Amino acid sequence: MNERIQEKLSILADAAKYDVSCSSSGGKRKNENRGLGNAEGMGICHSFTEDGRCVSLLKILLTNHCIFDCAYCVSRKSNDVKRAAFTVDEVVDLTMNFYRRNYIEGLFLSSGIFSSPDYTMERLVRIIKKLRTEHKFNGYIHVKTIPGASPELIQEAGLYADRLSVNIELPSEMSLTNLAPEKNYEEILTPMEQIRDNIVQNKEEKALFKKVPQFAAAGQSTQLIVGASPETDHQILQLSDSLYKGYGLKRVYYSGYVPITDDARLPQLTQPPVIREHRLYQSDWLMRFYGFQADEILDPQHPHLDLEIDPKLAWALRNRHVFPVDVNTADYEMILRVPGIGARSAKRIVAARRFTSLSLDHLQKFGVVMKRAKFFITCRGQALERRDYDEQSIRRQILFGAGSVRSALVTQQLDLFAQAG
Amino acid sequence: MTHDYTYDGSFDGLLTVLLEMYERKVQPNSVQPADAVQGGLFTATVPIQTNEEKAERVWKGMLKYMDNDTRTKLYHVFLSERPDREMLICRFVQQAVTARGRVDVSENYADDTVRLVHHISQQLGREKHRMEAFVRFEKTSEELFHATIEPDFDVLPLIAPHFTKRYADQRWLIFDQRRRYGLYYDLARTDIVEFETEAPQRRTDVSATVLDEREPLFKLLWQTYFDHANIPERKNLKLHRRHIPLRYWKYLSEKQPREQRFEPIKNKRSSL
Repeated sequence: MNERIQEKLSILADAAKYDVSCSSSGGKRKNENRGLGNAEGMGICHSFTEDGRCVSLLKILLTNHCIFDCAYCVSRKSNDVKRAAFTVDEVVDLTMNFYRRNYIEGLFLSSGIFSSPDYTMERLVRIIKKLRTEHKFNGYIHVKTIPGASPELIQEAGLYADRLSVNIELPSEMSLTNLAPEKNYEEILTPMEQIRDNIVQNKEEKALFKKVPQFAAAGQSTQLIVGASPETDHQILQLSDSLYKGYGLKRVYYSGYVPITDDARLPQLTQPPVIREHRLYQSDWLMRFYGFQADEILDPQHPHLDLEIDPKLAWALRNRHVFPVDVNTADYEMILRVPGIGARSAKRIVAARRFTSLSLDHLQKFGVVMKRAKFFITCRGQALERRDYDEQSIRRQILFGAGSVRSALVTQQLDLFAQAG
Repeated sequence: MTHDYTYDGSFDGLLTVLLEMYERKVQPNSVQPADAVQGGLFTATVPIQTNEEKAERVWKGMLKYMDNDTRTKLYHVFLSERPDREMLICRFVQQAVTARGRVDVSENYADDTVRLVHHISQQLGREKHRMEAFVRFEKTSEELFHATIEPDFDVLPLIAPHFTKRYADQRWLIFDQRRRYGLYYDLARTDIVEFETEAPQRRTDVSATVLDEREPLFKLLWQTYFDHANIPERKNLKLHRRHIPLRYWKYLSEKQPREQRFEPIKNKRSSL
């Protein structure tokens, strides 16, 4: 019995790990019934795997049996891989016991499609209903809805889950048709619209009546696989932008394609494109927290993100005419756009300059990365770099100058390139 | 007249010192716990008697000069166990009182005291968050969920509300091995518990015989899960260690040696 459950967990965790979403934040579920758990506010990463990714939720598939044959997926019908399926009670027991030991923030439940979409979705709903009602479980629950499941089941899932997601996976309809013949964009976007509308409606009702049960309070998210199909970064960011704006998504996740098959429709990579993925996340952050528009980051003339430098620096180098910015007088929005100044130091600058005129020394103490910022700011009217460098030499100095530090990610992948070359 | 104060080392004690300082309108030369006094040979210290009522008044009164977040940050500074914590708190309060609440001195990041308070509070916040993440309970045969931690700072008081809210339906004990005290929740309330002896709180002493019979199973399943959630193609140990520094591994069950390592499920490629 124990060995069997261990084997199932191996198979069904391994099959779920390519879904990168791990967030457990944004929930509003309080422990008001003296049950187990609460899912208010901030998410917690309980551990980190050796690939450096966060472990927040028990992320498993109910089963990896699947009637679909999506080329990019390990659980595709034609793949010769071990199959397994949990029972409803096994998932409930694992979730409760992991949570009680403070291993996890909650459950991320997804599944291969067995029998039919509704049959599968109904099982997922049964698990989370049991956790919420019979076991008074108030931890975080994220459910990935099954493509093609009925609106009624999605509606019911939203009553028990804190977050719902519908994965788009491939960033264009053409690629989806090519690699996932049983899927289509309409079947993906329709439930996204439904979830969006249900969330909006639920918010309106909650404003009127206190006792309305919440619907997916932590919102919805999706995932795009990067590097399995030919879309440019520009196309990907345009899609994300429209998802944030049109569907009110909380998060778009980018999953660098991990080569898992020799299928001729997929590129043969030796390594997942982790730097590209990293640059996409940086761009995503620029859109969500730094006031950048998607078309400022990339446009049809610049369809790809620069792998060597981050997108904020790339934007600044392309837009030298808006710099230098004076830290003692410029608006917060402009200060936030200076390479080397993050949200925290920008806030400190704007707050502290009401007390005193800021010097270079202050900026350093606020955590500004002067190596980058010095090309783009003035302080008390003085430029920090006397010479007027061109774009290429700034780039060189930042990349290779004294004290240049590369992120662990970039260093690692560049090392790999060096080894391969 | 010197202004070298001593107090009993409690937070209430320090708040009483603050009132003394406020009423006499002086900036102390030094404030130290009585059992840690260091000073010049001829320094006469003024012992301040802790007064809970006064402390309560000061704690409430602080809100006239700063917001709640800032007040909490000063408490964080106290919990940091730094030797300069008392003077830092005194200096900050002095600045806030001088500003008479007309400006928010906590935003004066150009000031060294203010920045240091933010910095220490940030360190404490990080440690608190880590402990909320890295506590690993083991269930004993008496239905008690037990965990041992060794945090860098004295964060038990900060994590108590989180665990009390979250684990409302199970008895639990979190023991700070370094500071030799713990939090115990008995299904009704959470209390601070002290342990006089070396006795049974060391993790290794909670032997298999007193653990719940299913405890080894869940530990094994958690290790299984942890290994299988990893994507070997993306291995990045540098990032891994940045997120979980080595000093925390000791009490993390997923970082304990395996009898056998769980190899990733082999995805058989069509052409192989």
